[in-house]
Amino acid sequence: MSTQQQLIIIGNGMVGHHLVEQLVDNGALERYQVTVFGEERHRAYDRVHLSEYFSGRDAESLALCDADYYTTSGVTLRTGEAVIEIDRDQQEVVTDQGRYPYDKLVLATGSYPFVPPIPGNDRDGCLVYRTLDDLDDIRAAAENATNGVVVGGGLLGLEAANALRGLNLDTAVVEFAGRLMPMQVDNEGGELLREKIEALGVQVLTERATQRIEDGDASRHRMVFQDDKVLETDLIVFSAGIRPRDQLARDCDLEIGERGGVVVDDQCRTSDPAILAIGEVALWNQSIFGLVAPGYQMAKAALATLTDGDTRFSGADMSTKLKLLGVDVGSIGDAHGNQNPGARMFRYLDPLTQVYRKMVVSSDGKKLLGAMLVGDNSAYDTLLQYYSNGIELPEEPASLILPQSSGAAPALGPGALPETATICSCHNVSKGDICATIDDGAVDLAGVKGATKASTGCGGCTALLKSVVDHELEARGVEVDKSICEHFAHTRQGLYDIVRVEGIKTFSELIDKHGNPETHRLGCDICKPAVASILASCFNEPITDAAHVPLQDTNDTFMANMQKNGTYSVVPRVAGGEITPDKLIVLGEVAKKYGLYSKVTGGQRIDLFGARLEDLPDIWGELIEAGFETGHAYGKSLRTVKSCVGSTWCRYGVQDSVGMAIQLENRYKGLRSPHKIKFGVSGCTRECAEAQSKDIGIIATENGWNLYVCGNGGMRPRHAELFATDLDDEQLYRTIDRFLMFYVRTADRLQRTSVWRENLEGGLDYLKEVVLEDSLGIGDELERQMQTVIDNYQCEWADAISDPEKLKRFRSFVNDERPDPSIIMTSERGQLRPA
Amino acid sequence: MTATAMKKEMDTVSVENSKTWQKVCNKADLVEFSGVAAWLDNVEPPAQVAIFYLPGHGNELYALDHHDPFSNANVIARGIVGDLKGAPVVASPIYKQHFRLEDGQCLEDEDVKLRTWKVEFKGDEVWIEG
Repeated sequence: MSTQQQLIIIGNGMVGHHLVEQLVDNGALERYQVTVFGEERHRAYDRVHLSEYFSGRDAESLALCDADYYTTSGVTLRTGEAVIEIDRDQQEVVTDQGRYPYDKLVLATGSYPFVPPIPGNDRDGCLVYRTLDDLDDIRAAAENATNGVVVGGGLLGLEAANALRGLNLDTAVVEFAGRLMPMQVDNEGGELLREKIEALGVQVLTERATQRIEDGDASRHRMVFQDDKVLETDLIVFSAGIRPRDQLARDCDLEIGERGGVVVDDQCRTSDPAILAIGEVALWNQSIFGLVAPGYQMAKAALATLTDGDTRFSGADMSTKLKLLGVDVGSIGDAHGNQNPGARMFRYLDPLTQVYRKMVVSSDGKKLLGAMLVGDNSAYDTLLQYYSNGIELPEEPASLILPQSSGAAPALGPGALPETATICSCHNVSKGDICATIDDGAVDLAGVKGATKASTGCGGCTALLKSVVDHELEARGVEVDKSICEHFAHTRQGLYDIVRVEGIKTFSELIDKHGNPETHRLGCDICKPAVASILASCFNEPITDAAHVPLQDTNDTFMANMQKNGTYSVVPRVAGGEITPDKLIVLGEVAKKYGLYSKVTGGQRIDLFGARLEDLPDIWGELIEAGFETGHAYGKSLRTVKSCVGSTWCRYGVQDSVGMAIQLENRYKGLRSPHKIKFGVSGCTRECAEAQSKDIGIIATENGWNLYVCGNGGMRPRHAELFATDLDDEQLYRTIDRFLMFYVRTADRLQRTSVWRENLEGGLDYLKEVVLEDSLGIGDELERQMQTVIDNYQCEWADAISDPEKLKRFRSFVNDERPDPSIIMTSERGQLRPA
Repeated sequence: MTATAMKKEMDTVSVENSKTWQKVCNKADLVEFSGVAAWLDNVEPPAQVAIFYLPGHGNELYALDHHDPFSNANVIARGIVGDLKGAPVVASPIYKQHFRLEDGQCLEDEDVKLRTWKVEFKGDEVWIEG
């Protein structure tokens, strides 16, 4: 076996990281020892979704891989270490920390934002928008700013403008050309785009060349334009295009294009065959490709070069589908129609709904050469397939861009696509690849995604991928099986609807009428707790009633949390985390009397561990006597509403967060749901209650409450997303009523709100439509259902200890009063714990 | 089976296998479609058994080890009862492995099997052979 060669990759951006994944997945690490240098302190992250950094996502959630991916794969990643020189004679890479030998070297240094040479462009508060550190700088500069300007009205400029809006700055965009996004849209499209963006409160200034930047009067800076008009602003972000980061290559005399970029061939080799270049630094056929999909294709070609494969880079389609400031913009092929002499144009403009569609068609009217969309991208997928697969256009091509109501042709179905049709351009997955994966045994969307990586890049093809997968599965006679388990051929949502529509109140009635007759109709540990939860969500009868008790997980059966030695923990409700000294003393006395280990929980209450089954009723008798009620810590239900101390005590608080937390906890306690639900209420924007990590997060404002939804801590943290602003108390309750009931209705079993939200077709916008705009017309019904649950609340423990029949279950043995002798405790730090 | 016939069979069994039947509880102590735990003192060492009651299904009564070999805790009686792949099972409440009620076989690990006991109603009383 030959010894390993040294492979160095300079750059840990999206494309550099993709190359590492390709090397790992294709066994190239047997041949190469790989070292990656990243100048930034973060490992590779998703630059496409950078603006989400200001709407809740953090560096970790934007990361392209798990923190230990490089280590476990056997690749050395050196972040925060910039390469300063390539020594081609010695075949060494030089950083400020050392010299590293290479046999093969890949440049994936990407690009940098172009800052126009304007006097004053280096003043404090003149920034760029490219990296996470840039965004931190922008955020810091925005703290004391009221307005901001983006120089550049292209794709990245509008992204940056969105980011400034996200920081609550009055935002303006200054563009040198006569319209926004001059590369992607024409004058009509540009005008429409301007209208839409101005309607969002962003000022748009076109045909403006900035002459100089100087001290302002009302704001920090004054921008002076060519006609001596001025604009004052506190903050300036330059986003006037990108330039390849080719300095290292220039310094070591690799061939460079006239306007920059490291010249590469079809195999991504530079003028030095030991050095390759990929991504935005590479110049292929005199073109720089400023999108992620071509970069990924270059990475694949580089892999082939490094491993003697056949894949070549042969250019890339620059079609793009974007949502900028909430406005759809799509551009396919020769969108302007200026590359194909004789091409014919179809245009559709609706000034009322502000939609513009344009098709560029071959002179014989048979082929689509390009298209442009503003305001509505719904036709994009279909048009792209006509374009990239050369599918013959329908007899009346105009039908593709006319509104559906005019009897226009429906979208091109997945069945009509040829095998070669590219579905995911980021990972270059064709319909044929998807079919092959299904033939190899993939049975659902997740399986296809896992095997092909389709739709895991920019995510633009998600809907198309799903329709192709569903279509192909059905074509193979695979019924897409969404049954909850072998006892019911229904989803959880299906069972929920059956229970509600037919008013079924017991599991046995449900399984008799709707269960699979091939089974013994006993149910199982999947469907029984799920149905128990559904019945409780609909009717809220005590879960310890004889008909319901065999359905419950042991925690619900005994209304306590089973620990690893078979004992239970007890958590009484402490609404909002507020507790009187007297109650605190009772908790201490009960813990002492029954030998319970005591610990404060993350949800601001007290957990008492080590309770024996037979002691639970006595423990609860004493707690209820002292005014406690059950805390549902054992249930898939509302757990806690965490709060900060709020305006009552805190000098920063603007609302009574504790009062609101108690109101909410008492309103929703006992609501059983597909999974547990946690709330947080913060009294001001400092967010001490960490509400944005909860399913429901509420943050006080001067005017009321901001509502955040679908956050999560735990294994996969997710920031909650802003859902509604400045609600009064009543609006807040109503919105949460609807939101929670919609979740209860439609989520899968054991699906937290965060995962539910991520799987919800239409995402947050759809959720807002349903809950805030009542687009399904079910708002009243959802509120009524919630009221039923609230009206029927009773403390399950109070109910159980007053019923001798129910108490019978709380015996360790039916024929002996002895406690279980195998439960052995030992002492640690002054408390008991399992031995 | 009549009481006399059962008595005869019990006698035979006790002679052949030195096993005897004992009363463990009454029908009213059981929980329909769920389990309870009981001590079985006349085996060495004394065993904790889980007794499951499935009215209208198969034998109606099943008895197996209360001890869960995966967690080492005595909890099997507190698991959810159901049927999987055609046989009644109980799921351990701790790590959720399934055990067949008929013979104690674990469905997830063929090397693991809980002990089982014969269990019958005698009038309103529950009797186990141990």
